[in-house]
Amino acid sequence: MSRLVILDARLVDGSGELGRGDVVVEDGRIAALGEGVGAGVQADRTVLAGGRTLTPALIDLHAHLREPGQEVKEDLASGLAAAAAGGFGTVVSMANTSPVVDEPGLVADLVAKADALRVGGRGAARLRPAASLSHGLRGQALTDFAALQAAGAVMITDDGIPVADGRLMRSACEYARDLGLVVQTHSEDPSLRGDGVMNEGIVSQELGLPGNPTAAEAVMVARDCEVALLTGARVHIAHVSCKRAMQVIEHYKALGAPVTCEVTPHHLTLTDEALRSFDPVFKVAPPLRTADDVAYLRDAVRRGVVDSIGTDHAPHTRAEKELDLGSAPFGLPNIEVALPLLYTRLVLAGELGETDLLRLLQDGPAEVMGWPAPRLEVGAPADLVLIDLEDERAVEPERFRSKAKFSPWAGERLRGWPWLTLIDGEVAFEAPEAVV
Amino acid sequence: MATVQIEVPTSARERKRNLLDFADWTADEIGALFDTADVMAQVLTRTIKKVPALQGFTVGTLFFEDSTRTRLSFERAARAQSADVISFASGGSSLSKGESLKDTLRTIDQMQADLYVVRHACAGVPHQIARWTEASVVNAGDGRRSHPTQALLDAYTFRGRFPGFDGFAGKRLAIVGDVMHSRVARSNVELWRKLGGEVVLCGPPPLLPPDVAPGVARTHRLEEALEGAHAVMALRLQRERMASPLLPSATEYVARYQVTETALELAHPDALVMHPGPLNRDIEIASEVADGPRSVIEAQVAAGVPIRMAVLYTLLVGKR
Ligand SMILES: [Zn+2]
Repeated sequence: MSRLVILDARLVDGSGELGRGDVVVEDGRIAALGEGVGAGVQADRTVLAGGRTLTPALIDLHAHLREPGQEVKEDLASGLAAAAAGGFGTVVSMANTSPVVDEPGLVADLVAKADALRVGGRGAARLRPAASLSHGLRGQALTDFAALQAAGAVMITDDGIPVADGRLMRSACEYARDLGLVVQTHSEDPSLRGDGVMNEGIVSQELGLPGNPTAAEAVMVARDCEVALLTGARVHIAHVSCKRAMQVIEHYKALGAPVTCEVTPHHLTLTDEALRSFDPVFKVAPPLRTADDVAYLRDAVRRGVVDSIGTDHAPHTRAEKELDLGSAPFGLPNIEVALPLLYTRLVLAGELGETDLLRLLQDGPAEVMGWPAPRLEVGAPADLVLIDLEDERAVEPERFRSKAKFSPWAGERLRGWPWLTLIDGEVAFEAPEAVV
Repeated sequence: MATVQIEVPTSARERKRNLLDFADWTADEIGALFDTADVMAQVLTRTIKKVPALQGFTVGTLFFEDSTRTRLSFERAARAQSADVISFASGGSSLSKGESLKDTLRTIDQMQADLYVVRHACAGVPHQIARWTEASVVNAGDGRRSHPTQALLDAYTFRGRFPGFDGFAGKRLAIVGDVMHSRVARSNVELWRKLGGEVVLCGPPPLLPPDVAPGVARTHRLEEALEGAHAVMALRLQRERMASPLLPSATEYVARYQVTETALELAHPDALVMHPGPLNRDIEIASEVADGPRSVIEAQVAAGVPIRMAVLYTLLVGKR
């Protein structure tokens, strides 16, 4: 039996503040928690939390881990280590790899490889892979959802490429509903999006960069919501970036459509003004929008319209991001800074409550997937994160576990850094400062 | 005639200055640059069309997008001042060769050029390169964004047509055509306004969306744009735009937006007609206008070398 004791933590989960206390972890589960329960307990490891915040490990329903085939950008080992360093205990990986994860064998390989990474405390979050909706992301033929689900896929998505064909989207939702699978959509109308590399607006016209209008997103969100309404399937709209798309979602939620939605850390904190630097690090899809859109997304978060925060962690090589803006790929790495970024920019700024933020990274994604809400309670899996809310530290991309060692927030001083992450009761990450 | 003061600089890399757009240029500095171009134009009328002003300097032309005309104009401008020239031409993305833009630049930068002239199909590349090198950078056209030496030679040509020119205030430039995709339009708007002139933009709605150049007058009616204009610039309409979701047809465009003698009757009596080239004759501009008395298209071409000489001179050895 392995035992780990955490002494004197501030305990918080989706049910609220649980006061200060100790947690005893045995064989991957919480064996005891409460004031004084850890005193005098013999353990393989004792962590002096010193009043830091202990909460269930975070859940990310949207990360690009690039395996198989794009290991030059990221692989399971680096990506899941990065996730653990970011406080995430569970990650849903996207299927737009090379080859695309469109066959049960590929799903099973990913699960087996990720499970092996967690053996021996090498430091990796749990992987729950997504599989693609269409073969090869070509948007033509459906994959075999039942077989993919049996192999371990928890979500169906062509993320990275919008599903242009409405009939294909409908069939996917009909199958997904029957199997109880969530369909996640990358909702952008390809023809309206065109060759846009940034938000279409005053800034794109001034910079002479091809623009991608919010209408491209809103119109596809509307179609996807209609298909959800038509089929009854659970549709999760990924990375909502703009006011118009969010308003469409609100409209359909009010109608009772089985639709949930996600926003990303970058769409909550950056605007299209960042492109004035002509730095392709800021090239993402959907694009960074205006300050007006950011304000609306934050408001939607506060009003409970947003179900989850997903990182859309999308690592690339530095060389790929040192191309011109037309040639550079879409996406930025952020899984290691998501929590401190949002804690600092939203919670410390007084825009969002701390427990509201955690809800969007714990209970919210769990509800989207139909998983049990993660709780600090006896018998629960010991997927936990200890967060230091006081220590202020600069973002240092060179210290990232991710292979993508660059960041839009490099040098920015943030608070709310994960201090220790446990997966299955094993230490998957500890800040250098935590090692005693 | 003004004289060019030739001084011996310590190192161009230490006194780096760029021409990426006109953001950090004042109207006075641009006026001085025009005066320098007048001197350079004189040099080019001599029997020996060469001065030693940039002897010992190296100018690198980095053309990631093909444009023989612009490249030759810059190279002539460099050689006429005795600078050495190195040329780099590359089509397509450098990543296809497994190399980033920054890698490409670093390799070229080993040659220690003092100034790079950069052309790229994507906006922002000259800015990126300026971040990565100690050398000065001149934007020779980046995507839809900016083409500052073209705008300079356009304004210089306009200025040169009026003896005793009293400035751009009250002078109106009408830019007609595919404004959205045009770096020439964006640069001319920026420069003309900086110099105190007025601009009116005109084109079909899909090629002149409301977000382009906020605060600048615009119309989708050619007659409104031309009324009282002192200069009319017809933009090249790319052939691929004519049969696309953007426009009904070339016929429709010609009927509504071609700059014709009839339409020009509304313009100022002394109005000049400009075109950045190359011409699509009888598409955006009627042949009789292009070849007519108002046309300064040949003067624009002739202004290219002296303006670029003045730019290179000003950035490398001129006083700030
Ligand atoms: Zn996506």
